[in-house]
Amino acid sequence: MDKVKIRKGLDIRLAGEPSKQLESFEPTFCALKPTDFIGILPKLDVAEGDEVKAGSVLFHDKNNEKIVFTSPVSGKVKAIVRGEKRAISEVIVENDGKYDSIDFSDIDDPVERMLRSGVWPMLRQRPYATIANPDVRPKHIFVSMFDTGPLAPDYDHIIDNQYDALAKGIDVLSKLTDGNVYINVKHGSTACTDAINRVSTEITSNGHVNNVVITEFSGPHPAGNVGTQINALSPINKGEVVWYCYPQDVITIGNLFLSGRYESSRIIAMTGAAMHNPHYYKTKIGADITPILDIEENSRVISGNVLTGTNITGDKHLCFHDSQVTVIPEGNQYKLFGWLLPVFKRFTNTNTNGDTRPYIMTGEFERVFPFDIYPMQLIKACLIKDIDQMEELGIYEVDAEDFALCEVIDPSKTPIQQIIREGLEFIRKETS
Amino acid sequence: MGLRSYIDKIKPNFEQGGKYAKFHSTFEAFETFLYTPNRVTSNGAHIRDYVDMKRNMIYVVIALIPCFLFGTWNIGYQHFLSLGESVTFWQIIGYGLLKIIPLYLVSYIVGLVIEFTFAEIRHEEVNEGYFVTGFLIPLIMPVDVPLWMLALAVAFAVIIGKEVFGGSGMNVVNPALLARAFLFFSYPSKMTGDTVWIAEKADAYSGATPLGTLFNGGSVNDLPSLMDMFIGTIPGSVGETSKIAILIGGIFLIITGVSSLRIIIATFIGAISMGLVFNALGTTSAMGTPFYYHLLMGGFMFGTFFMATDPVTAAQTNIGKWIYGFLIGAIAILIRVANPGYPEGMMLAILLLNVFAPLIDWCVVACNIRKRKKRWASAERRTK
Repeated sequence: MDKVKIRKGLDIRLAGEPSKQLESFEPTFCALKPTDFIGILPKLDVAEGDEVKAGSVLFHDKNNEKIVFTSPVSGKVKAIVRGEKRAISEVIVENDGKYDSIDFSDIDDPVERMLRSGVWPMLRQRPYATIANPDVRPKHIFVSMFDTGPLAPDYDHIIDNQYDALAKGIDVLSKLTDGNVYINVKHGSTACTDAINRVSTEITSNGHVNNVVITEFSGPHPAGNVGTQINALSPINKGEVVWYCYPQDVITIGNLFLSGRYESSRIIAMTGAAMHNPHYYKTKIGADITPILDIEENSRVISGNVLTGTNITGDKHLCFHDSQVTVIPEGNQYKLFGWLLPVFKRFTNTNTNGDTRPYIMTGEFERVFPFDIYPMQLIKACLIKDIDQMEELGIYEVDAEDFALCEVIDPSKTPIQQIIREGLEFIRKETS
Repeated sequence: MGLRSYIDKIKPNFEQGGKYAKFHSTFEAFETFLYTPNRVTSNGAHIRDYVDMKRNMIYVVIALIPCFLFGTWNIGYQHFLSLGESVTFWQIIGYGLLKIIPLYLVSYIVGLVIEFTFAEIRHEEVNEGYFVTGFLIPLIMPVDVPLWMLALAVAFAVIIGKEVFGGSGMNVVNPALLARAFLFFSYPSKMTGDTVWIAEKADAYSGATPLGTLFNGGSVNDLPSLMDMFIGTIPGSVGETSKIAILIGGIFLIITGVSSLRIIIATFIGAISMGLVFNALGTTSAMGTPFYYHLLMGGFMFGTFFMATDPVTAAQTNIGKWIYGFLIGAIAILIRVANPGYPEGMMLAILLLNVFAPLIDWCVVACNIRKRKKRWASAERRTK
């Protein structure tokens, strides 16, 4: 097994680590949010009041009609929530608790089965972090089996007892690419490594070409980010496309081929300093987590982690790709001479700790950015929307989340992830 | 929370449509000076580090305090030494303060009025950069610089050196050094020679700095002892003489991560290398001056720790910082030894490299780009 050591980065320690306790939570409502997917144009296939099964199409992408988004549970469409300019922001399904689901087992082609069941949007591509295009074959597929983000869920704990589905999922992925399926595990995580090794021998003994490559990563965050791993193993060149997904997505894909049904279970870690009794829950994709939010006043509920997650206000629906919820105190207080006071706890709340300024300090980003890329120069190229410069400086190798740590430590308090995202979107629109 | 509620009460006056809306930037500067804002993150990462520009800048000012204190004492010490009078510690400090406070008043009043005016015109927030620049400028001046000259130099440095480029972060050369260079070339008689370095010096007393002595053909034996130069009981610009004070501040900045250790080490390596080259040639007394003397003479240390490391005007890439620092050190010594026109090479070396820093970065980044394009090309060949 190859080993890669990531040297640059930063582990952000926050209060509110989840305990190993795992509880089951049946959500009353589940929602799919088109805003969780970059670059899609949602078109509704249901109306309020329609009966749906798990796996029934709720909406599809107008740009590519093959890509559909399906209900995670059976029940009734309760509401279609619209946001600005009447864009669909949520399709909410009331769960009848029966999990009556459509059987996809008669579809033999794996791509077709994944598309029709609504599992496909779990596969995303780089560059751009859009949903994978089913008409291309990617150079490689990457799965990071661990998360180094703040208060990250422990995937060894999540994957426990789901090895068969995991093995099947990896087997399916290995048929989708002519390159490799890179499975990246955490250094020292024996449970996960053993499972993956078993999976890989099973695939080999079943007579498939063994294109599953396991690599062990160590080092601080973002060692667990798929972007860091892609860059270390096979950086994306101009014109190339790679795919990636998360461990629980692989399990869902595996279950689709074992049982023929869309099994939308997700184990999520409820974490954070403002969360009472942080621990794990087994629930569904898009679950409304309001009943299990036992939190402090004046706090922020984030689907995902504090670096890249989404602030969920109103109905507290999990975002599609997330396996974690973080609740931290809001920092909306003034502090007398706060810029002068000594600091004992580096990260506690959501205060910006200062105002936006021009870029003055240099060399700071390089300490937390483990890519062979000049971060400040790339950020500036994105700001001026110079496509040639962005390409030359390595825009295709990164995604906004790779810059999250830069954004956190930036003394100039600039919205770096947004700058990179806008740069990527600009190229995507100009070149498509 | 009496103060906070008072601020909240008067705040609307300074917002758009308020009575004093045109002083919005000024109000905001004072408000955020008193209180860090209650602003929370609205996109991207939900948490932010505690370090902001205010904290970075205040660290630099804190780091300069030892130089300021020693400089104040040394002004008085040198003055009474030249007169041959023996006085108490507090008389020395009193005299020093009498000399240094007007310099600071001029530096801050002129500089901040310009900064606030530009911020209001541009409808921007007032940048913290001038707190550092304004603290640095008196420290690199001869103590007897006329106040009107100082005012002129500050105005020139802030307007031409910084604001015309767009303010802090956009400037090409270090504004504090530009102020000094402006006076150096405009009024050389007040910036060089043997008479300007000691306040109201007795005529008979030699007030030459070590560099001045060498420049006028003196030999190493005519210089103050290494220990005196290290402690700083010698004539010179206000803040540059004590290497102990500089090291205390410099190490503080390295520990807090504000200044780049790469640049500092590279500058020392550059200066030592060039010093050794001249020692090996050794035809004049300047060339023969042992290389370690150069590290203690003039503004070398002060420039290395507080000027060369200015992040805005230094090279920005890590490799670039090594090249930039090395060249500053080497060129500073080259100018000192080989150029008969200017005894102090550090200021000119830093200004020169400030101008070349973007070019150095450009070359470093170009290497990264070339590597990436090679990888693209070989990937393309493989797929064909």
